[in-house]
Amino acid sequence: MYRPYPDSMMESVAKVEASRKHRMETEPRRLTAEEKDSLLKAFHPDYNPDAFAEIKVGPNKGQKAPLELTEMLHSTSRILHENIDLSKIDYDVDVLVIGGGGAGSSCAIEAHNAGANVMIVTKLRIGDANTMMAEGGIQAADKPNDSPLQHYIDCFGGGHFAGRPELVRRLVMEAPDAIKWLNDLGVEFDKEADGTMVTTHGGGTSRKRMHAAKDYSGAEIMRTVRDEVINLGIPVVEFTSAVELLKDEKGQVAGAVLLNMETGDYSVAKAKTVVIATGGAGRMHYQGFPTSNHYGATADGLVLGYRAGAPLLYQDSIQYHPTGAIYPSQILGALVTEKVRSVGAQLVNAEGEAYIHPLETRDVNAAGVIRECAEGRGIDLPGGSKGVWLDTPMIEILGGEGTIEKRIPAMFRMYINYGIDMRKVPIPIYPTLHYQNGGLEINGDGFTKVIPNLLVAGEAVGGIHGRNRLMGNSLLDIIVFGRNAGKKAAAKSKEIVLGTPSLDHIKNYDVELKKAGLDTGVVSPKLLPSYANHKR
Amino acid sequence: MGKMVNVYFFGKKYSVPEELTIMTAMEYAGYELKRGCGCRHGFCGACATIYRIKGKNELKTCLACQTQVQDGMYIASIPFFPTDKRTYEIEDLRPNQQVMMELYPEIYSCIGCNACTKACTQGLNVMQYIAYAQRGDFAKCAEESFDCVSCGCCSVRCPAGISHPMVAQLARRLNGKYVAPKSEHLEKRVEEVNSGAFDDMIEAIMQKPITELKELYNNRDIEK
Repeated sequence: MYRPYPDSMMESVAKVEASRKHRMETEPRRLTAEEKDSLLKAFHPDYNPDAFAEIKVGPNKGQKAPLELTEMLHSTSRILHENIDLSKIDYDVDVLVIGGGGAGSSCAIEAHNAGANVMIVTKLRIGDANTMMAEGGIQAADKPNDSPLQHYIDCFGGGHFAGRPELVRRLVMEAPDAIKWLNDLGVEFDKEADGTMVTTHGGGTSRKRMHAAKDYSGAEIMRTVRDEVINLGIPVVEFTSAVELLKDEKGQVAGAVLLNMETGDYSVAKAKTVVIATGGAGRMHYQGFPTSNHYGATADGLVLGYRAGAPLLYQDSIQYHPTGAIYPSQILGALVTEKVRSVGAQLVNAEGEAYIHPLETRDVNAAGVIRECAEGRGIDLPGGSKGVWLDTPMIEILGGEGTIEKRIPAMFRMYINYGIDMRKVPIPIYPTLHYQNGGLEINGDGFTKVIPNLLVAGEAVGGIHGRNRLMGNSLLDIIVFGRNAGKKAAAKSKEIVLGTPSLDHIKNYDVELKKAGLDTGVVSPKLLPSYANHKR
Repeated sequence: MGKMVNVYFFGKKYSVPEELTIMTAMEYAGYELKRGCGCRHGFCGACATIYRIKGKNELKTCLACQTQVQDGMYIASIPFFPTDKRTYEIEDLRPNQQVMMELYPEIYSCIGCNACTKACTQGLNVMQYIAYAQRGDFAKCAEESFDCVSCGCCSVRCPAGISHPMVAQLARRLNGKYVAPKSEHLEKRVEEVNSGAFDDMIEAIMQKPITELKELYNNRDIEK
């Protein structure tokens, strides 16, 4: 018998195998609205009162945020005491895009195509972004049995009716065009021989509208838009962080102060419009969770924007992806795409029970995994951690031999690399910190509400997904809102007359911090997590 | 903590726990990574790495985030490699053999040494996809190269100076845009949206009170 796991785990695998035939004959029941609510309240990490603190300064004063984000908002600027000559302009552009992921890149392409002089600055390389790591797919209601209305209801309801209607509308109405735009750029979507898109369900979808490029959906999108950015000759300044926005005396943003990540030198970018497309916050490791996010996901844009006066929305709402890798330790926190469930795998506890429908929304399924582990029905893993099974052999039974390698090759590769053949045995999973539901608040056109020429796109936005995002709506939002921000920023730049760039707002923010008696002893934004071990 | 192994980062010896990956072992040793670290989960290709096991002749390539350390590893990361991407207007291209001859003529200088395939961190048949590109078979080149993460290890080893990931990128875009069949249902839906077919309905649903929306959501039928 094939035994890639320690004996203690193999005992549980035997139970999963024993119950498989029976489980495959009956689809697990969907939870009622009341059952979902009580499961979330009891087990979702967002309901852990010890993990949040009150924000003491700025536009969201009095509201709560995760402890780690609150610390960043309560910290001062790293350039407060630097003597930076703002009259010496290193880059002078119409549109400055901060961030080189999917939102930033699609924004830059559209701004360029609208005739603006646009530049991207990015902390690491263009494409070092959560977009690159999105696996499962991208939603769009483009099938005859589906409509943008249906998509609206799924998105709005899945987000607990907290999404901003004008943002949800843009998301669902512009979704088909986003897919067409990507396809026309050369993105390879999975299609039938007659051109029909191969689409599946995601958690919480009522129609099969998940378009994919195997399980490299985000990578395929990212590498294509990156290729286009380079083809268009758009300047990309890599290994360069925007560490502070510049403002003028009219309350407009005027560009940003940039930090060369390698030399430590500062430079100044002047811009008529600025787009924050800095992505997520997984590397803040809220509540100590491992993360599926890339190395630079530290909520920088939220801190810069907030310090400049832009309010946040739903900054206390975090997505834990129900299926993160939990074993072996080398892949801890890595995403096991929801597509594994879309193509047939059930969530099964240590006793071999399919305790929940595998395609409930992510928050519900994450809470479900945590409940099973907390109540003693989790698998005992080496090192003392717990998890539940994702019954992957079901995929081959349902779809035929070869389905796993064809539909989810990245997952197969990740596990076989450690000797685990997911075609033959289930894989253990546990929730991983995956997505920042909240972010900077924008209006329907992508502008922040208080700064007229500051836009936000992508994961740094709050309000599109309410308090829980559906699978496939993030790849969609970075394209829809990225493209929109590019067009709007280009148009806006034609009417903006800048005053004198200054950093007075960071001085004022520091005064506020002092008044509130705050001294965290660190500076923000964080830029990169501290993983280096300097202990002797 | 488990067993420790000795590894050599840029020739300098460190003792690290054996369960770590090369990337986490570097951090364990005190490196604060900026270059050579991206998604940390095997998708971005930032952490291309070259190593040799002490006493063995073979030179190996890998992704630092996806590879567990072994005793006696001599490790050097490749923080940047000057692959050569040619620029083009995708709208002006057509999916014929001519495209590759013009944009990436060096692929016809391939000497068939297969060093690219041996170097691939994703286990792809790189030389084969270059052969497909030479013949202008973009669908096959796209399929064979699909899992490429552009780490560039193939190009590092190529005696003909080919930038394989860039060739594959072009092939995939040509395939996705021109060769793969068009999706009629997509084109149709885009037209419907643009003609305003859904405008009134979406406006109406946005105005509905939450209680009604909850009713709609909780009782919606879910496609089997």
